[in-house]
Amino acid sequence: MDIVRITFLVGAVVLVPAALIAYVLVTDLGVRLLPPRTQPRIRPWLWILPSMLAVTVFLIYPTIATIWLSFLDKAGQTFVGLANYGEVLGDGGVLVSIRNNIFWLVGYTALVLVFGLILAVLADRVPYESAVKSLIFMPMAISFVAASVIWGFMFAYQPPGAPQTGTLNALLNLFHGSPIAWLIDHRTNNAALILVAVWVWTGFAMVITSAALKGIPEELLEAARVDGATELTVFRRIIIPLLAPTLTVIGTTLVIFALKAFDIVYVMTSGNYNTNVMALRMYQEMNNNHNNARASALAVLLLLAIVPVLVFNVRRLRFQEAIR
Amino acid sequence: MHINSPGVLRNLALALVAVIGLAACGPGAGTSSGGGKTLHVLATWGGDEQKAFLAMVKPWEDRTGNHIAYEGTRDLNAVLTTRVSGGNPPDLAGLPGPGQMAEFAKAGKLIPLDSVVDMSQMNSQYAKSWIDLGSVNGKLYGIFIKAALKGLIWYDPKVVQAASVNISSSSPPKTWDDLTAIASQLKSAGKTPWCVGLESGAASGWPGTDWIEDLVLRSMGPDQYANWYQGKVKWTDPGIKAAWQKFGTVVSQSYGGKNFVLSTNFGKAGDPLFTSPPGCYLHHQASFITTFFQQDNPSVQPVTDFNFFGFPDINSQYTGSEEVAGDLFGMFKDSPEARDLIKYLTTPEAQQIWVSKGGALSPNKQVPLSKYPDQLSRQAGQIITSAKVTAFDASDNMPDAMNTAFWHGILDFVGDQSKLDSILANLDKVQADAYK
Repeated sequence: MDIVRITFLVGAVVLVPAALIAYVLVTDLGVRLLPPRTQPRIRPWLWILPSMLAVTVFLIYPTIATIWLSFLDKAGQTFVGLANYGEVLGDGGVLVSIRNNIFWLVGYTALVLVFGLILAVLADRVPYESAVKSLIFMPMAISFVAASVIWGFMFAYQPPGAPQTGTLNALLNLFHGSPIAWLIDHRTNNAALILVAVWVWTGFAMVITSAALKGIPEELLEAARVDGATELTVFRRIIIPLLAPTLTVIGTTLVIFALKAFDIVYVMTSGNYNTNVMALRMYQEMNNNHNNARASALAVLLLLAIVPVLVFNVRRLRFQEAIR
Repeated sequence: MHINSPGVLRNLALALVAVIGLAACGPGAGTSSGGGKTLHVLATWGGDEQKAFLAMVKPWEDRTGNHIAYEGTRDLNAVLTTRVSGGNPPDLAGLPGPGQMAEFAKAGKLIPLDSVVDMSQMNSQYAKSWIDLGSVNGKLYGIFIKAALKGLIWYDPKVVQAASVNISSSSPPKTWDDLTAIASQLKSAGKTPWCVGLESGAASGWPGTDWIEDLVLRSMGPDQYANWYQGKVKWTDPGIKAAWQKFGTVVSQSYGGKNFVLSTNFGKAGDPLFTSPPGCYLHHQASFITTFFQQDNPSVQPVTDFNFFGFPDINSQYTGSEEVAGDLFGMFKDSPEARDLIKYLTTPEAQQIWVSKGGALSPNKQVPLSKYPDQLSRQAGQIITSAKVTAFDASDNMPDAMNTAFWHGILDFVGDQSKLDSILANLDKVQADAYK
């Protein structure tokens, strides 16, 4: 068994690149038979053909199959039209998940962007910048599952009066507050989960923002200061507009991430206590309820939610190409 | 860059040769040693349980020269379903419960074991109810690796005595009324009667489902109990609702309040029994909990520091039914080695290995009681092989969707008991859909 697997692994790592190189070499021999003029027109198409095939098999086909499945019944036999969507959108649990995804979308994106920006600007002004940045970037190296386990200890709850084992409740205890069941209390649990994701991703936003910040010419800021602008005005009128394209890129990445949030919720609350999100709900429909139709309907809804972000991204890219 | 330039082409060609050369060497380097076959086994056991299982199969590995590649997951449902539908099932796997087993068997994914094991031997070594639980439409699909006795109520004899509460192994509370009287007595003395903990990752809520099951079994009897998990009794049925309400009373008399109940892992839920002063006096959990007691409180000893009594009767008509649970095991890929392993795992020789490690009971009648590590487990082992009626864990018998909804319902109920009616109505809705 293992020999089969190892052979397969080696084959995949080695033979796939070999086949691609061979493909380029062989097709190029064919292309050279063509008249020199048409060669440059044909060649790029031949080169992207393997990727196109891969995208078709692994992305386009599954997408179409998922959309198709979402119109069939649970067994995948009969066409039921929009019935699955009706069931899904009529389910209170799904509506809570959609609400929570909106929390994630707004809260997570805004907090990561704001913290990233503030930290980048502040770090820029201290001599030990790289040390600060490394420290804040570090959580990026931790998987969400591990981060959830770590924060599980931070949020741990013991009844009032008992010694608090969770860091946050121990702090509360110090100031004579009563402990909070962070992950169970409906007022705090979504925020607590989002906080974990913010902790992991702030470093990413900070590093990229910081790089963009270094690209702003010092003379520009100097000129503004000479003209009497306060630091706050410089920040608002010069730094922010110049950083806008970078912040948009980070923002759209974060929005897509917020829509597919899964790991943290799965590990910390399993979607209980009104913390469920769409991606986890989809997983539950598929693996607990064995209802691929409803899972597919949820997947399509998520896809529809992401489309505007994609369109926005492509538009912006085109716009940038145009002004370049 | 122009590909026509000879340099680029030559480099590409060189790279190609190098890559093919590597490929030729590759598989040779990965050849594993040993002539035996490797069997892939997937189950939920981790930590001590994983060690116990590996110890259980060790003699078989030594005898046959085959090797077990064990993989443990806490989300067995998801992993197993994905691998089976992806056409890459393990050779053998633990099954989440009889309900799931039936789903796999009906889909033709599980291999019937009637011809694999010696059925006459099985019938002489196992009570009929265990064989029935592993069967679908008269064919055996699952064997039990180990079992647990559910519905036990644990207490610390010293502490209970100090609180002048009348509980002992010779005079346990006989009826639910006796038990609630004891709880009220503790309560009026300013003490907290119960400990409950429901957290268990993706399966959070299950300890509460055990509560409801015990209450339903003793108040409605084994027949209605079976009808209930088969989806023939509604959740809004007055009997079921009464069981939830009884559980609700227990939760409101439990240590730490509802937030602690919800956020505490089932394995740690019993720890306040052993604190000084005790956080609580009674804890409801299956026989396997002793391992968890001793893991967190290494000094506590069975009998002197913790003991159990069986769940009291609610309706005297149904005395003598015990709720059990067990770890089912099935075969997904047929091979002589896999058949041999299944056969081995049903034998008393194999089953007594796990039993001797503690925390497990064997449904095999021929496992000698002397193999149990202490008096309490021996007692439980005796009950499990001699019980008049064994009712298997109802939630494990339900379809997956129903079971998960049951778990969620428990959590919602503990969070806000006033929502009981809407929770039960929602479970009825799931029931209407899940048994199709």
